[in-house]
Amino acid sequence: MEKQDIIKSFKDSLFTGLIALALFGPIVGLRTVSKGEGLFITPQWGIVFLLVGLCILGRFLININSAKRTEFKFLSSFSSKFAHITEDKAKHFAITGILFAVVFPFLPFTDRYFMDVAIMILTYIMLGWGLNIVVGLAGLLDLGYVAFYAVGAYSYALIATTFGWSFWICLPLAGVFAAFFGILLGFPVLRLRGDYLAIVTLGFGEIIRIILINWYEVTNGPDGITGIPRPSFFGLPFKRSPDEGEASFHTFFGLEYSTMHRIIFLYYLILVLALITNYFTLKIRKLPVGRAWEALREDEIACKSLGVNPTNTKLTAFAIGAMFGGFAGSFFATRQAFISPESFTFIESAIIVAIVVLGGMGSQTGVVLASIFLIGITEIFRDLEQFRMIAFGGAMVLIMVFKPKGILANRKPTILMHGDKK
Amino acid sequence: MLKITNVETFYGKIQALRGVDIDVNDGEIVSLIGSNGAGKSTLLMTISGVNKARSGNITFNGERIENREPHKIVDLGICQVPEGRRIFSRLTVEENLRLGSFTNEKGKHFETDIKDVYDLFPVLSDRKTQRGGTLSGGEQQMLAIGRALMSKPKVLLLDEPSLGIAPKLVNQIFASIKNINKEKNVTIFLVEQNAKKALELADRAYVLVNGKVTIMGSGQELLKNKDIQAAYLEGGTKN
Repeated sequence: MEKQDIIKSFKDSLFTGLIALALFGPIVGLRTVSKGEGLFITPQWGIVFLLVGLCILGRFLININSAKRTEFKFLSSFSSKFAHITEDKAKHFAITGILFAVVFPFLPFTDRYFMDVAIMILTYIMLGWGLNIVVGLAGLLDLGYVAFYAVGAYSYALIATTFGWSFWICLPLAGVFAAFFGILLGFPVLRLRGDYLAIVTLGFGEIIRIILINWYEVTNGPDGITGIPRPSFFGLPFKRSPDEGEASFHTFFGLEYSTMHRIIFLYYLILVLALITNYFTLKIRKLPVGRAWEALREDEIACKSLGVNPTNTKLTAFAIGAMFGGFAGSFFATRQAFISPESFTFIESAIIVAIVVLGGMGSQTGVVLASIFLIGITEIFRDLEQFRMIAFGGAMVLIMVFKPKGILANRKPTILMHGDKK
Repeated sequence: MLKITNVETFYGKIQALRGVDIDVNDGEIVSLIGSNGAGKSTLLMTISGVNKARSGNITFNGERIENREPHKIVDLGICQVPEGRRIFSRLTVEENLRLGSFTNEKGKHFETDIKDVYDLFPVLSDRKTQRGGTLSGGEQQMLAIGRALMSKPKVLLLDEPSLGIAPKLVNQIFASIKNINKEKNVTIFLVEQNAKKALELADRAYVLVNGKVTIMGSGQELLKNKDIQAAYLEGGTKN
């Protein structure tokens, strides 16, 4: 390597260090501690310099690496490992994954905490698959997807608490409501594309949240809705002591009472819901409407000239994507038994979009990997408390650096006919 | 069959078509030539309903079709191969063709239709599982034409099929256009900058200048026309 290059990359790394200092200085360096009568600032410069040093070193290594036009040994093996996961191999991966998911609750190391994380990951997988219809297939960037999640959750909560209907009646109703809101959003944005569409959907997400906060009479405002009924096992509640003359899950099956029963049931519930979403997407992709979504993503004018009606096509994409968001929302409501607008902030939309994009737009398996990766990362770094978002951001940057098109960028053609296997 | 009467189309305040009159009869090949910005593509987009005509009317077999929704116009049997091919580059060749049959009774005769397209353009058959974007320009043009044929059109509107394609392939594509017209009995309305090729192929032709038809006649007549030779064909001089 030329001496010049080294100097250049060294300068560049110092500049990176400056930026890191500017960022970490106030965020990490100045820690506020509340002591008796007020807040005090305790500086922690040691950590700051450590972080800045790491940034400089990292940048320098990346620079040298790119000057050499080779990759780090360990990084290249990491990225080529993922490169080999084509959609073809992904099929085996998917089957193994589903089998693993099915036996997961009964594995010896699985405890309450693992189950909770798994349920959360599955919720995000379902949301990712739902949004994948809108973003991955139809190519409509929706930054307000959490709105449909919220509509589903609130519809479920309101219907269930007001009328006392069972989960299995409320779930489809919540989906229908969410789909209706999908169409409601769809109409004004029909003519928008790309960035403009993203801005409007972002606004839509915020509007829904603000309505939830302010429409006190119906939504109970920031206090949220409490006492949302738990789902029952086809009529058998998960209660320690069932009402007189009523069977509960553990008495019916003659089991020892355990709170895990309900958790395991919730786990399978979201697993089934997520798999339905996936199955539906895979099927609809082969139907004319699914193909029209993909065509619309590629070229709207060509679509028009072939007789595809863009209005209906976009609206169905919004409606169906929203419907699955609504289902996931109902599940969320029944799992938490309490919902408030707090749960439906923009960061949720951002995470779901990140999952879809990092997974590789349109790839179903990619969504699974990205969910496990992103949600897993935030869980692993839970001990870092407020800094775990840094780990989250770092993970996103790493994926985009090494897999710019997403973890699984290769989209399998939906049609392979006449025995063409490739 | 397709009758365009006094059509005017605007982009905002800018007038692109200033009263265009064109007739296309059943079974004909009609060419429309003109320079950049004359309004050729605008006219095709207006026929397809993507651009709206502000005045004038377009009839298809006696039925008024101006300003109908684009997908309804395709239903009637008018399909356009848009300029620059506009194939779906991330979908495979076969998926592209399937989209062509979108309105055609939801792909009921898909197998026979697609066989016809593959017979017409055998190279597409070799490439059916390949992504559209990986084809060469000429192959993409064949795919775009094949895709439009999947909708079983009565009239095929072609916008500059020779654009950006190797000369050897241009001849092949023009030969297939003739073939589509004669064998499959599809009426062709062709818009071209390659005036010589377009006039040679055409039964009748029109010249569009600044949004107006200035000259019309049979293809052979226009080839011999001194003004056209000077303006659009090589080697001609004006008197």
